[in-house]
Amino acid sequence: METKQIQETINMVEEEHLDIRTVTMGISLLDTIAGDPQQTAKNIYKKVTTYAKDLIKVAEQIEREYGIPITNKRISVTPIALIAGHATPDDMLYYAHALDDAAKAVGVDFIGGYSALVQKGFANGDLALIKSLPRVLTETDLVMSSVNIGSTKAGINLDAIKLMGETVKGISEKSDTANAKLVIFANAVEDNPFMAGAFHGVSEADVVINVGVSGPGVVKRALEKVKGESIQVVAETVKKTAFKITRVGQMVGALAAERLGVEFGIVDLSLAPTPARGDSVAEVLEEIGLEQVGTHGTTAALMLLNDAVKKGGVMASQRVGGLSGAFIPVSEDAGMIDAAKEGTLTLSKLEAMTAVCSVGLDMIAIPGDTSATTISAMIADEAAIGVQNNKTTAVRILPTLGTKVGDMVDYGGLLGTAPVMPVVEKSSADFINRGGHIPAPIHSFKN
Amino acid sequence: MTMSKAVVTVVGKDKPGIIAGVANTLADHNINILDVSQTIMSDIFTMSMLINLEELEGQFNVLQDDLNKLGADLGVTIHTQREEIFDAMSRV
Repeated sequence: METKQIQETINMVEEEHLDIRTVTMGISLLDTIAGDPQQTAKNIYKKVTTYAKDLIKVAEQIEREYGIPITNKRISVTPIALIAGHATPDDMLYYAHALDDAAKAVGVDFIGGYSALVQKGFANGDLALIKSLPRVLTETDLVMSSVNIGSTKAGINLDAIKLMGETVKGISEKSDTANAKLVIFANAVEDNPFMAGAFHGVSEADVVINVGVSGPGVVKRALEKVKGESIQVVAETVKKTAFKITRVGQMVGALAAERLGVEFGIVDLSLAPTPARGDSVAEVLEEIGLEQVGTHGTTAALMLLNDAVKKGGVMASQRVGGLSGAFIPVSEDAGMIDAAKEGTLTLSKLEAMTAVCSVGLDMIAIPGDTSATTISAMIADEAAIGVQNNKTTAVRILPTLGTKVGDMVDYGGLLGTAPVMPVVEKSSADFINRGGHIPAPIHSFKN
Repeated sequence: MTMSKAVVTVVGKDKPGIIAGVANTLADHNINILDVSQTIMSDIFTMSMLINLEELEGQFNVLQDDLNKLGADLGVTIHTQREEIFDAMSRV
């Protein structure tokens, strides 16, 4: 064992914010379904608190023994719309509170999976879930929700997009922050450990441990050492660094699964920022040579970064999954916040960036008077990028009542702060109000 | 995965008694030292110690707390981590 390697590992944690962003336990709820919603809710609470009872204890012991912080401990469950097949919107509150209470009982940070998959159409449970969202997201604390409105195979459900625009708007009228707990996806993945979009897909095993790694600070520090060198050197450096970061994720995930006696699922190869300086994806892009993130060249630099992270990470882990890519949540990234404040980073540039990275328009504050159809149209654009390019995209936007462009909104903790960004004011209402379904794209004649 | 070794690293301003303090604390826990690497870089003492936990009497957490307390008394930073994390990161 070389002292240099030991010191390098310690520095990554102490000075460069290397952490395991999340250890997420995925739990199937398919065996909790009973005829009566209240009984089902009881079964949900029991199953979650039984399997996850030692999750925090095990994760904290690993942190201690290996000296690696695990920032979040979370749970994801089967999309609740599937469990709530014949529920009414009022019944949905039983499920939501069962999840919230169970999450609090075991001490996790969040529980994800209050979700519906409606890319092709709505079933009763899907509609009940979506209608319950304004109440659920304001009356519970730890429940995270996602709705999948499009996929490459099914196309895009424009009716669902219209409904979700109205829902986001409705939630914003009740709370400034509750929309941070709702993601609208295209091509959602079944094993994502990251919030707010985590759910436990129906093809998954009964209980698994998934891990999300982080470490933009480590990548930035490594790139500082190759200033001025060719872009291949940048790619190579990111790859090697991603390998090291991901190996830690692989080790922690395998250990956690073993100690909890459940299956190890996947490592999500990600660069996830936090609002802390030095833990920013924007700063990595700037280190590659951009004066500020959002300027010309940002999309190219991000493509390289995203790809190199995957190439390094794939070899470091047994099984890769989740979203696997660089995250660009505006409010959670110090460099993104600066660039948005100065106007260098705009919504249209962010949209372009989402074509080459994970995941989408994420944690973006927009004026409170933005219309529901404009919000829907933003969702539709993101879905189009995902569906056409066979990748996951998502929208998590925060219309904030009583704010105008340039105001700062504080969401607290890891959710950070965001400047209210300008939205194009021309109407998209006639497009959204058409309703119906955008057909799945053809996958030949690619151009 | 073997769980029997850990690395103790000590970094801080050099003064008499650092190695003695760490070695005594380890001995109190019945721990054998397998390897030591130590150097002084411009007045900063740095040491990495590979230790065997197989004969550890008591809990890992107690050992870690005792070493942290010793570090605070000596004015140095002591990390105690299981060996696998370093292997994972630096070896394929």
